[in-house]
Amino acid sequence: MRLSVDGLIVYFPYEYIYPEQYAYMCELKKALDAKGHCLLEMPSGTGKTTTLLSLIIAYMIEHPHDVRKLIYCSRTVPEIEKVMEELKKLLKYYEKLDGQYPSLVGLVLSSRKNMCIHPQVSTEREGKIVDGKCHSLTASYIRERHNIDDTTQVCQYYEGFSLDGKESNLPYGVYNLDDIKQYGRDRNWCPYFLSRFAIMHANIVVYSYHYLLDPKIADVVSKELARESVVIFDEAHNIDNVCIDSMSVKIHRRTIERATANIGTLEKHVSELRDEDSRKLQEEYQRLVEGLRDASVARDTDLILSNPVLPDEILQEAVPGNIRNAEHFICFLKRFVEYLKTRLRVQHVVQESPVGFLKDVQQKVCIERKPLRFCAERLASLLRTLEITDMTEFGPITLITHLATLVSTYTKGFTIIVEPFDDKTPTVSNPILHFSCLDSSIAIKPVYDRFQTVVITSGTLSPLDMYPKILNFHPVVMASFTMTLARPCLLPMIVSKGNDQVAISSKFETREDNAVIRNYGQLLVEVAANVPDGIVCFFTSYLYLESVVAAWYDQGVIDSLQRYKLLFIETQDSAETSFALMYYIKACESGRGAVLLSVARGKVSEGVDFDHHLGRAVLMFGIPYVYTQSRILKARLDYLRDQFQIRENDFLTFDAMRHAAQCVGRAIRGKTDYGIMIFADKRFSRADKRSKLPKWIQEHLSDNLCNLSTEEAVQIAKKWLRQMAQPFTREDQLGVSLLTLEQLEVMEQKKQQEMTADENTDL
Amino acid sequence: MSTSSEDVLLQVPSVRYKKGDGSLFLMDERLIWMVENRDTVAVSHPYADIKSQKISPEGKAKVQLQVVLHNSVSSTFHFTNKNGLQAQLADRDRVKDMLQTLLPKFKRKVDKELEEKNKLLSENPMLLQLYKDLVITEVVSSEEFWSQHAQQYTQKRKQQPQEIGVSGAFLADIKPQTDGCNGLKYNITPDIIECIFKTYPAVKKKYIENVPAKLSEAQFWTKFFQSHYFHRDRKYAENKDLFTECGKIDDQELKRDIQAGVKDPLVNLTEFEDKTLEEGYGGSIEKPPSNISTVSQAMIKRFNQHSIMVLKATKNKVNDNATDNAQSGSESSKITDEPVNKKQKILEKITYDDLEGEDVTKNGTVHLNLSKVERYLHGPMPDTAAEHINPNEASHIMRNVLQEVRQWQIRPHVPNHNLVPPSAATQALGDLSPGGALMRGFQEQSLAQLVPPHIEQEVRNLYLVLCELLGHFWKCFPPTAVTAEQKLVKMNEALQRFQTVKLKPFEDKLIRELTPLSQHLTKHLNQLLNAAYQKYNNWQKIKSR
Repeated sequence: MRLSVDGLIVYFPYEYIYPEQYAYMCELKKALDAKGHCLLEMPSGTGKTTTLLSLIIAYMIEHPHDVRKLIYCSRTVPEIEKVMEELKKLLKYYEKLDGQYPSLVGLVLSSRKNMCIHPQVSTEREGKIVDGKCHSLTASYIRERHNIDDTTQVCQYYEGFSLDGKESNLPYGVYNLDDIKQYGRDRNWCPYFLSRFAIMHANIVVYSYHYLLDPKIADVVSKELARESVVIFDEAHNIDNVCIDSMSVKIHRRTIERATANIGTLEKHVSELRDEDSRKLQEEYQRLVEGLRDASVARDTDLILSNPVLPDEILQEAVPGNIRNAEHFICFLKRFVEYLKTRLRVQHVVQESPVGFLKDVQQKVCIERKPLRFCAERLASLLRTLEITDMTEFGPITLITHLATLVSTYTKGFTIIVEPFDDKTPTVSNPILHFSCLDSSIAIKPVYDRFQTVVITSGTLSPLDMYPKILNFHPVVMASFTMTLARPCLLPMIVSKGNDQVAISSKFETREDNAVIRNYGQLLVEVAANVPDGIVCFFTSYLYLESVVAAWYDQGVIDSLQRYKLLFIETQDSAETSFALMYYIKACESGRGAVLLSVARGKVSEGVDFDHHLGRAVLMFGIPYVYTQSRILKARLDYLRDQFQIRENDFLTFDAMRHAAQCVGRAIRGKTDYGIMIFADKRFSRADKRSKLPKWIQEHLSDNLCNLSTEEAVQIAKKWLRQMAQPFTREDQLGVSLLTLEQLEVMEQKKQQEMTADENTDL
Repeated sequence: MSTSSEDVLLQVPSVRYKKGDGSLFLMDERLIWMVENRDTVAVSHPYADIKSQKISPEGKAKVQLQVVLHNSVSSTFHFTNKNGLQAQLADRDRVKDMLQTLLPKFKRKVDKELEEKNKLLSENPMLLQLYKDLVITEVVSSEEFWSQHAQQYTQKRKQQPQEIGVSGAFLADIKPQTDGCNGLKYNITPDIIECIFKTYPAVKKKYIENVPAKLSEAQFWTKFFQSHYFHRDRKYAENKDLFTECGKIDDQELKRDIQAGVKDPLVNLTEFEDKTLEEGYGGSIEKPPSNISTVSQAMIKRFNQHSIMVLKATKNKVNDNATDNAQSGSESSKITDEPVNKKQKILEKITYDDLEGEDVTKNGTVHLNLSKVERYLHGPMPDTAAEHINPNEASHIMRNVLQEVRQWQIRPHVPNHNLVPPSAATQALGDLSPGGALMRGFQEQSLAQLVPPHIEQEVRNLYLVLCELLGHFWKCFPPTAVTAEQKLVKMNEALQRFQTVKLKPFEDKLIRELTPLSQHLTKHLNQLLNAAYQKYNNWQKIKSR
């Protein structure tokens, strides 16, 4: 349909529209008009992606100078592929209505692993190895060497691309991973580099969060994207963690050992080069004197070497004299690595600030802050000069230089924690140095500064006011939409006690209690006996899952469960879990039904949808609090309290509830879908927890569903399932949760009239 | 005592039947029991009626023998020899042995085929009706009927019955019982054994390897229940257990499957992440320890494995056929297939059915495009010359029609004295309506009301039979092989027989019973027949030329 959103003609590739989709478009348009950031929550399964794309593309076509580019960031590869398909559909719809394809290019960018078409390299499964092999075929000096010496192998696709790929533009259209690969194959061009190059011109770019948030990648990939862009972070409920992860570094003892070996190799290379051709080293020295700006004119292929975060003022300066010489630099690195080694040799936990760390470095090994700051760039330059082919081998030393640069660049918002052993195994010495980011706004700040509109959206962002605080930005629009429903297709229930009236809770004191575990088991068995098809359960942690399963086996719960459905359990090995998931789906599809035991915050809870028969009921066993004894978390909580006035408890509850909501939200993927959501913990019924659930779940969580025993819950579920099993037609939905164009227009007119009436009365 | 010419083969005194004491006699052709001190035969079973005999298990207090008859009635005899249990057992065994030798001689050679056919007929009323109309009236011979007309039914029987799946909890259902002296007793049934074999092929292999040769069956299962293979909460130890190897085989298979990867991109967790970072950066995944460290982890793995194998056990048969076909067909196009599948999956996920317009749903139906609706509705009709009009005639008719039309156009201008005045028209309409002057004798009745139900049923049956015959008749065209020609001749004869044996008498009956409708009811049947005859005659003519 072609609808008008506040004067903007939007092509929506469906015959009907949900009311909340229209409302979403209105809010989004406000944000685009104001050129500000926004935060929008809309339930999963209400067509968020298509709504976003429809409006923003309509806006781009209408105001080509205000919005020039759409950058859509999603989290997982399947999500990205879904977005591409939606986009294809939308542009085809434009073609159908207008008779001509819109002059837009939509493009996906992914890692080399997903895009490589080189016959040998693409067979590798590990992303790191693909990157390394690709680099060894495409680095600038390799190609130079190839010009002289034919035996040096290069990648034909990259050669093809660099020969004539950069002159041409992609024809209008949408290219998903397979399309761009095919396009590359047809022309003998490397799809990865083609894509990297073409995103500068493409109107719509779809890629993963990291390409924008992780400075190590963003610096190379997304640096030159236009300011007049709209950036969308979809499924953004975890965005703060992504930000933090992208700025944090962890050093093991093994890292140090391998880094030491790296230094040895470097030393050998340097002395060899000194003997053979000292001119190259001299040239490098000269370059470094002139400043980093020139040094960084490296080719785009030298991706791995890029610097984490280099503020511009550093780029203007010349590299400090004491690390300009290759040998001196290697000595410098040696000293630093030795220093780290001594720091790891501790018996108790040490926590300090970056400033303290820097001071200590200066005292112990006489390394100043300034050369540390240049460390990463200096190593990159050296590796280039030495013409290293296998980059992956130098990972550990690169990591350490990144640490050096980060620690000397940021004094605020970070902490250093050295733990001599893992908390779970206090007897095994396994020292780790965490350089941990505490402030999620640091990584995302450049994004907010650079682009005019940043949209943060997800199905579960409640409570909305938390995100502006922790990400430190000021949204112009902040809205949460509920799902209009013609029938109550979700049934949230809080089960607080078992049939024996023992309160059930995963809180620390009672979680190992046999009565609690038995009640959890009984609840699951009862649900399995009464709910058809698939059932998904989430536990608070993997350890808890393990102990509960063991207890259930002893109590015979597993046996009675197997009588009703097949049992699948998430493991820590993701390949194994994928396999189990595949069979879980098969079991559901064959009508046998299955139970999947999974973990909140695990991979399943974040990336897999259990729509329709794959998830008729979701059980949340306990509140998924993060492991609170972690020192990194404690440091972050302290920081949040001091900097943003967020109370520890507020943040912990917020974090737990967003994960709980995320887990239970997996079951509802649309208005024709239906599912039961059982929160099995007494504490869920408290106001502070309940109120932090998304609005669209809270709405259906009436007081009579808040304090149920197992038996009561099963009774309610039975009745509800019978109701849901009735045929559900479009006519039932139409006018309530589904609108035709006419209905939409009538609704709008009414609203307008009311508004004018209000104004009149105001006057 | 007994009737004249029978020989008593065996006589056993003190046998109780239904609380009455008496003696059991085994005669030439039957088994009888007589009440003590009386002459009357209370129970008499001819051996031919006896299906099987059963005896009470060893160690039971009562020594009994039961004979089960073909009509599933059974009689139980209780041996009560006063000389004690041993004597009772001896009595029983004598009877048993005698019966064992006698029964096979009398086992009625039931024609299995006949039974099957009987069953088929009783199960399918349609077929039964056909049988009655075709075979009993000798329109077609019995063999012909079974080989040709009942084919679809007999074939259906040959199809495999639906495979029974394996219950997920079959291992859990084997409940151990304590036998009171520190031992455990597991009861297993052939069903459970089959489940175990289906789910765990490795165990089956072991069974085949070991059971007759090295171990007895009981020993084998004892070992099975003792092994940690059955106890899922134990870890594999290094000791040489019979089933350690089974576990290892299963593990290897699982590992191989996992390494083969998951095709569905939406559940393949390993491919979800789209970043490649060295370990050590925040967010990079720490590899979990690969060796299974705790018992519960091993157990979790075992649960997954069990569920997967249960599913595999049921899927194997169906999938084999499907994948075989698919593989042979698309070996070459596998690479191109994958993105298509992937796309399909993704499209499925992103479409919102309720937002979509109506037209999408209609795509599946195919419209029938008929050039001659007439022929479709009435079946093949004898070719008539009228279909071909020569061009002269056609133009003539055209001219006439045009002239008529022109005159029609002129009419409005001239006074319409030719037309009926409205009042007269209304009058006529009224007269012709039910109850009007001209409609006195008419009774408003539809065909359905006119035809009595038994006639209707008969017409129905006639149609059924005729359609069946005609179906086979038309299938023979064009007759290319000799066999087809033979069949055609046969079918033609059958049709003629049908007409004389079934249709004609029916028509006669109609004329007697329902005069006004007689022609009407069978008209179409005759049309169909005539069309077939004509076709046959044409073919004959062509052939003789």
